Amino acid sequence: MNPMLFAPELALLFGSLLLFFLSLSSGSGGRQARNMTLAIALVAVVLTFAGFSQQGSLFYAVYKVDQFSQLFKLLIGCGLVVVLLFGGELKGVSDEVRPEYYLFLLLSTLGLVMLVSSVELLTFFIALELSSYSLYLLVPMRDDRTGVRSQMEAAIKYILFGVVATGVMLFGMSYLFGLTGTTYFSELLPKLHAMGGQPAAVVGIVMVMGGFFYKLGVFPFHFWVPDVYQGSSNETTAFIASVPKLGAVAMLIRITTLVAPHSVMVVNLLMGLAVASMFYGNLVALVQKDVKRMLGFSGIAHAGFVLLGLLTLQESGYATSMYYIFGYVVMNLACFLVICKVSGQGENVMIEDLSGLHKRAPLLALTLGVGMFALAGIPPFVGFMGKFMLLTGALQQGHLTLVILAALNTAIAIYYYLSVVRVAFCNDPEERPLVPVDGVTGVVSIGLMVIIIAMGVAPAGVLSMATEALRAIL
Amino acid sequence: MDFLILNDGTPWLSILLFLPLGGAVVQMLLPGDKAARLWAMLVTIATAVISLPLYFKFDPNTALYQFGENHVWIPSLNIHYTLGVDGISLLLVLMTTLLMPLCVLGSWRYIQKRVKEFMVCLLLMESFMLGVFMALDFVLFYVLWEAMLIPMYLLIGVWGGPRKIYASIKFFLYTLAGSVMLLVAIIALYLKTGSFSIPAMMGQDYSAVFQTWVFLAFFLAFAIKVPMFPFHTWLPAAHVEAPTAGSVILASVLLKMGTYGFLRFCLPITPLASFTFMPYVLWLSVAGILYGGFTALAQSDMKKLIAYSSVGHMGFVTLGIFMLNGQGVEGAILQMINHGITTGALFLCVGMIYERTHSRELSSAMGVGQYMPIYVTFLAFFSLSSLAFPATNSFVGEFLILAGAFAKNKVVAACAIPGAILAAAYMFRMLQKVVWGGTSNPDQSYLSDLNLREIVTLAPLLFFVFWIGLAPKPFMNVMHTSVTHLLNQVNVAQAGGAVTVAKVLLP
Repeated sequence: MNPMLFAPELALLFGSLLLFFLSLSSGSGGRQARNMTLAIALVAVVLTFAGFSQQGSLFYAVYKVDQFSQLFKLLIGCGLVVVLLFGGELKGVSDEVRPEYYLFLLLSTLGLVMLVSSVELLTFFIALELSSYSLYLLVPMRDDRTGVRSQMEAAIKYILFGVVATGVMLFGMSYLFGLTGTTYFSELLPKLHAMGGQPAAVVGIVMVMGGFFYKLGVFPFHFWVPDVYQGSSNETTAFIASVPKLGAVAMLIRITTLVAPHSVMVVNLLMGLAVASMFYGNLVALVQKDVKRMLGFSGIAHAGFVLLGLLTLQESGYATSMYYIFGYVVMNLACFLVICKVSGQGENVMIEDLSGLHKRAPLLALTLGVGMFALAGIPPFVGFMGKFMLLTGALQQGHLTLVILAALNTAIAIYYYLSVVRVAFCNDPEERPLVPVDGVTGVVSIGLMVIIIAMGVAPAGVLSMATEALRAIL
Repeated sequence: MDFLILNDGTPWLSILLFLPLGGAVVQMLLPGDKAARLWAMLVTIATAVISLPLYFKFDPNTALYQFGENHVWIPSLNIHYTLGVDGISLLLVLMTTLLMPLCVLGSWRYIQKRVKEFMVCLLLMESFMLGVFMALDFVLFYVLWEAMLIPMYLLIGVWGGPRKIYASIKFFLYTLAGSVMLLVAIIALYLKTGSFSIPAMMGQDYSAVFQTWVFLAFFLAFAIKVPMFPFHTWLPAAHVEAPTAGSVILASVLLKMGTYGFLRFCLPITPLASFTFMPYVLWLSVAGILYGGFTALAQSDMKKLIAYSSVGHMGFVTLGIFMLNGQGVEGAILQMINHGITTGALFLCVGMIYERTHSRELSSAMGVGQYMPIYVTFLAFFSLSSLAFPATNSFVGEFLILAGAFAKNKVVAACAIPGAILAAAYMFRMLQKVVWGGTSNPDQSYLSDLNLREIVTLAPLLFFVFWIGLAPKPFMNVMHTSVTHLLNQVNVAQAGGAVTVAKVLLP
């Protein structure tokens, strides 16, 4: 066995063990834990990068390392690093539990990294649960500042809906196994394709998708989103809102490849979910006052957009979905960076709290503006390019109604993104304090803005990288 | 790329596109308000100077796109970075580069807070606006067309008047809502032709139904931008609340993008549908002319008055375009330039009085003629130009449009005529009050007349008012071949038997 194939996972695993021992020692080691986590995350990224072109399979071929998995692993690692860089202060979590917090954060990332490599249904399940259960634990670790324990409510909702979604997924897996007698993807694929649009196969595949619809926040698996976004600490939400979505899209692409070509039923179903997610997310986001909650609903709408690429059942469509989710993660991180910094003691940020941000922290205001306009899909940012390519791909397959509805959603969505920009740029700060920006945050926010603009202006590079990665699994 | 004459080695258009953009990036790094103003001035003047060779090197005998550039941008979707100008866009490009230094100069004292950011927005606007007129790839066009909303939104929303929030959000929502269907239409056209190249989409044999839908999508986007009655409601709000430079950019350049869109996209890409919808557009134009005129007559706010007069003037432009004959279209293009110059100048004039009295109310500007003789001289000439007085620029444009209209249909033309009279009525009303006022003028003795900077701002525009008014030939020459080519493209469809309800609506 080539150790490079499993090196990033091993790094994360040993890192988690180190943190585990750190959490046993008495006294608060929050700062130490954070630095250690950052170092481990960086090591994992470097190892992934070094083994970027590795290929091979492990553990009786249930675990496959290829371009596709390596690309996602790299992005998951980078996402974690960015979250750790700007969320280093971890304002909303008490110092005592920080080593545990970082332990579960690393374990969750480990789960995601394993998830994108698994090519067998049970491996898949184990990796997903490793990532999910660690996340469930991060939510209630927030300090109880409201007195109503809203973080507990969020955690309970998160875990209950998560368990239901997992149940649905397992049930679907049982169908797939029953139909084909195998749990390996490479054997499932030809057998399921041969069955064509047989209802049992369709139901099985869609139910397996359900588990990842939950992660991505697609209607009707979205119910946890607003409460968890609002109830968890800002840094946790930043992580939940970005990194796991990479894993979810990677797995959704893998599962969608199982769908037999020209399967009208699945396409129609995905179309219905996409439209419902977009309208639900955008319309409800219009009236939100809490920025995180608003971004939660906007995330539901964006999940609908991602489905637009999947339902084409084409390689180009999957590639645009990948491009879109990469862009989405960057835009989202840019917005959460601002939220984490503006929040003084880790409390939630209302939209009015951003008043006059241009005076209180010009760089953060610019980052927020770029992030919001990018999420709204205004060129020259990545959000526009992604939407444009998704719409082109969907129209190519003849889904005119869907494309028109999606375009209308862009027009609806602009209102709430714009109202955040308006508050930040056009209002006066009144009595609100200045927001200090340290050097690292400055560099990270400039970096995120550059990526948002560069991916929007020159999408060809990322797109061809995504297409190449897809070749490995198709 | 047989529609494109490539440039002679110097990428003029790319320089025009990227110079202000690069200037904006450098601007962000410059400290201090004074440096910001000077740098913006320098960049806009450099852009203006660089745009001059376009006119001299332009070959008016061909309808092809000149100074062309073509590079692959996104290969997987066949998207190119294609630039080029023809007789329709050349004058618009030159007008934009001429106006931007004047906008900077006009904001010299008006903008006191966050000067640097203001100038960055102006430079970004210049880059995007020029790009819109030069882009020959639909994706490039759309990117620039939408990207423009951000700096314009900030110009109104940050530096605007008391109701800036309402005005800026209304502007943004209205324009964006109009453009989303444009995007769908662009993708649909791409799927028919396999390319995003604008000239390659022209002259294709699309079915009548397809053309109808594409036309409607185009029409919504461009009619909102023009703005045509009844889509005009964002305009008075945005114009009134924007700072002077913002109003000038809005009135002089942004509105032209709508009419430019009709000329560049609607007519050549969907000629059949253009014929079908011509009568409706013509009557909407007439409605706009009359509505704008009457509403302007009732305004007490000078900026609002000029904003509504814009609705009327742009009505004339769309009227000329949809006459679909040589005089109408040429008159419309010239009138686009004229309106840019005259209305831009009028907004600058209102801005100058606002800097002194801090009010845009007509009543507080009564009788300033006694203390500001130079100012009212300028104002008088620009007002005369606005009402299309002979020997000024607008006279030539409006005359051509009306001549084209009478050649096409006398009823429509006759209905548009009162618009010209209304223009005289509201302009003279304003002029009378500002120059002389009445017996109850407020005390204006503290006012100082225009200083050198302000005279320098207005003088070039006055020069063009008379140049185009007295000798429009240099301007007409460059557009003639392109307009003839455009009308040929449209008339092919008419020969093919466009179904039209013209008999009923155009007696």
